[in-house]
Amino acid sequence: MIKNLKFIIFIILSFFIFFIFLKGLDKPNNYLPEKTLNKIETSLVFKSLNNQEEILLEELINNSNFSIINIWASWCVPCREEHAYLLRLKNLNKINIIGVNYKDKRSNALKFLSDLKNPYSKVLIDKDGTKSIELGAIGIPETYLVNKNKVILKKYIGPLDNLKFREIIELIKNETN
Amino acid sequence: MKQIKLILYIFGFTIIFLNSLKAENSEMVEKISKNLRCLICQGQSVYDSQSDFALSMKILIYKKIDEGKNETEIYEFLKNKYGDWIVYDPEINKNTILLWVIPLILFIFGGILIMKKVSIR
Repeated sequence: MIKNLKFIIFIILSFFIFFIFLKGLDKPNNYLPEKTLNKIETSLVFKSLNNQEEILLEELINNSNFSIINIWASWCVPCREEHAYLLRLKNLNKINIIGVNYKDKRSNALKFLSDLKNPYSKVLIDKDGTKSIELGAIGIPETYLVNKNKVILKKYIGPLDNLKFREIIELIKNETN
Repeated sequence: MKQIKLILYIFGFTIIFLNSLKAENSEMVEKISKNLRCLICQGQSVYDSQSDFALSMKILIYKKIDEGKNETEIYEFLKNKYGDWIVYDPEINKNTILLWVIPLILFIFGGILIMKKVSIR
């Protein structure tokens, strides 16, 4: 009797453990640092893509109630996909879109913008990628929605899509009300 | 002639001195980047990884050291940006206390168990 009981408990326990591990397989185990930063680092000085002048990020963010900081490069394929959404966001005329050109050649970046149109009010250069790290980025494309007080309302890792586009509009609506 | 020799000596020594300073920095970068998790290719350290993120990170660490930041300041800076997860060596705080205490408890528990077994015999 006791032997039987032990066997049954063993079986139940094995099933239990098996299903826990099975469930664990579905769980994404990639860590994304999404909710760690509340405020954007604005004391960074960037060079502008157009005329090489030096710009403090803070000045650009102060210009508008809402800013989007979008990190992109001409060699980045998902950046091409999300470009249409950036153009649509620009057409709303509510958001100041700042581009950070990540580890790119100047000529390629300019060609990218002339081919696909330019949604950015200003394009800043990050030649060695260190400034993107100071912004808290891990890869490109990455997009930050920031308000005037430098608070990050939302951070998107990966390209923008229709869903994220609508969410941005929703967020801005909620903030202005 | 003597003066030229002297100048050459001084020149040589300054170069060696500067080089050794730089070498110290890169040793520091190595040490720090070995304790950082690469967030792109997870499972690798920043030191091992060749991803864009890790390469930039190494440059950034180098710059920070040049600015005079020490090791703990750099870890703090990165933890602020990316969370505690980025360092391999988790510090003791509210979230990680179990991580540190459980092995200790198990060790003591095991010890007690062994003691009991031995004393019964």
